[in-house]
Amino acid sequence: MSTAADKYSKVYEPDEVYAFNPSELEEDEMILNMGPQHPSTHGVLRIELKTDGEVVKDARPHIGYLHRNFEKHAENIDYQGVIPFTDRMDYVASMGNSLTYALAVEKLMGVEVNERVQSIRVITSELQRIASHLLSVGTYGMDIGAFTPFLHSFIEREKILDLFEWLCGARLLYNYNWVGGVSHDLPDGWVDKVRVFVDTFDAAVDDLQNLLSHNKIFTKRTAEVGIIPPDMAVQYAVTGPNLRGSGVKWDLRKDEPYCGYQKYDFEIPVGQGRYGPIGSCWDRYYVRVREMRESQKIIRQALDQLPADGDVHESVPKRVKPKPGEAYARSEAPRGELGYYVVSDGGLIPYRVRGRSPGFVVMGLFHEIAKGEMIADMVAIIGSLDIVLGEIDR
Amino acid sequence: MDAASIHKRLDEKFRGRIVHSELEVVDPFLVVDKDAIVDIGTYMRDEPDLAFDMLHCLSGVDCLKDERIEIVYHLTSLKNRHWIVLKVYLPRSGARMPTVENVWKTANWHERETYDLYGVVFEGHSDFRRILLPEDWPGHPLLKDWEWPDEWHGIPVKPGDQMSKRAMDGEEIGIGPFD
Repeated sequence: MSTAADKYSKVYEPDEVYAFNPSELEEDEMILNMGPQHPSTHGVLRIELKTDGEVVKDARPHIGYLHRNFEKHAENIDYQGVIPFTDRMDYVASMGNSLTYALAVEKLMGVEVNERVQSIRVITSELQRIASHLLSVGTYGMDIGAFTPFLHSFIEREKILDLFEWLCGARLLYNYNWVGGVSHDLPDGWVDKVRVFVDTFDAAVDDLQNLLSHNKIFTKRTAEVGIIPPDMAVQYAVTGPNLRGSGVKWDLRKDEPYCGYQKYDFEIPVGQGRYGPIGSCWDRYYVRVREMRESQKIIRQALDQLPADGDVHESVPKRVKPKPGEAYARSEAPRGELGYYVVSDGGLIPYRVRGRSPGFVVMGLFHEIAKGEMIADMVAIIGSLDIVLGEIDR
Repeated sequence: MDAASIHKRLDEKFRGRIVHSELEVVDPFLVVDKDAIVDIGTYMRDEPDLAFDMLHCLSGVDCLKDERIEIVYHLTSLKNRHWIVLKVYLPRSGARMPTVENVWKTANWHERETYDLYGVVFEGHSDFRRILLPEDWPGHPLLKDWEWPDEWHGIPVKPGDQMSKRAMDGEEIGIGPFD
């Protein structure tokens, strides 16, 4: 009896697609594939390296292994239904994704949310930023060879995931920010637990600092590689900690406030080139470490100013049906500026949704900073850019 | 600078090349002639009072009803903290336009993506290949009239053709190596 397995057993073997022409290589050069399955690529990313001995002459990233065309999905589903899809873009920082999409649709419809919703959104997205940065710096240490900081940072990240689970039932993919509000109000006692977390978090960052930040092996590996000069960063539209690591003071929370960020007092850490040139891998890493402290400050203020009453479903529209038009909203997600471009034709499903992911943009610059570095430094550079392939491939 | 004064400024310099403008909508936009996009982009980047140094996003939109593809540039200026949307209208069949890669380098990957999903050809691009989909994927899926292929290298790809649907229809499906 023939089974379906026989019918579809013809295995597809793709031709390896190369960007570099092997016949044009010089005598000492060779092409080396890094990935698609490689522990340091943080997902399924293939990088084609043209090497001369240990030195990388040129590099071309090949992406698309996780591509599922979220934008086509979004054109076939109603506005609220797109939110779970956005969660799956940057799957370690889902709060930021759904928030930006909700902001775009709210902008298109002219919906204003009340202050309680705004504060809740600030608290959740800052907690998410801490969780995401903890993951980033923890795994970055592991890429370089330091295993312990990873365990320390995951202990703290786990506490945040527990708080989110209590809040909305999910640990990673929340579907929490809705168009016009959030899905659940804060549960009783949640605010106190967040306060406890915020108060004890200082010690965790101190641990991380002592273990990793100023460790000589770590600084030697990272402080002089992967330099992004500020003008190059702007040319390539790099955003978020990667841009600030190059010394450019630009943060949407300060420069284009949304969700009431103008009410809070916080600093914008930028790279200072402490152990090497400005814009190195270490600078980007250290901006993330310092941003965690700033997020902690914002959460503390937001908890103090949280309005006691206010219905979180107050402005949720019964039917999301924007007038024909288009809107682009962007916000400061943990990995950089996330943008959503939503076009409506007046119907119940979006005509077009475009996600602008910070990871996609920063990978476009990878070949510039990889040139002239050693093969082993590729690991340090990829880790410092803090990419998540879910949002690059969308 | 607000959208109206940016429009005025550009209209004086590039008379007749700004084809259309919408300033009273949520995000004001200017429609420019496709052959002028490189000149206008360079001018907007280099003039100190405009200084649009960052191309934040480049997207395509397929307007089936109006028989055109729109290429949308979301530009922002870190220096002057303002921003504007530029659009270029292209015909739906055989859409071609010059690349802006030499104005804003980030356009390189965005244009590859727009080619991949919409089939718009950007002339003068330095590394013009598909980016997200396999090289031999049939068609450009974000076009509104794109249709699913029956199969791709023997793999069923139509949504109605997925394993779960076939299993529900009673077909025997092998799970794992030991079935």
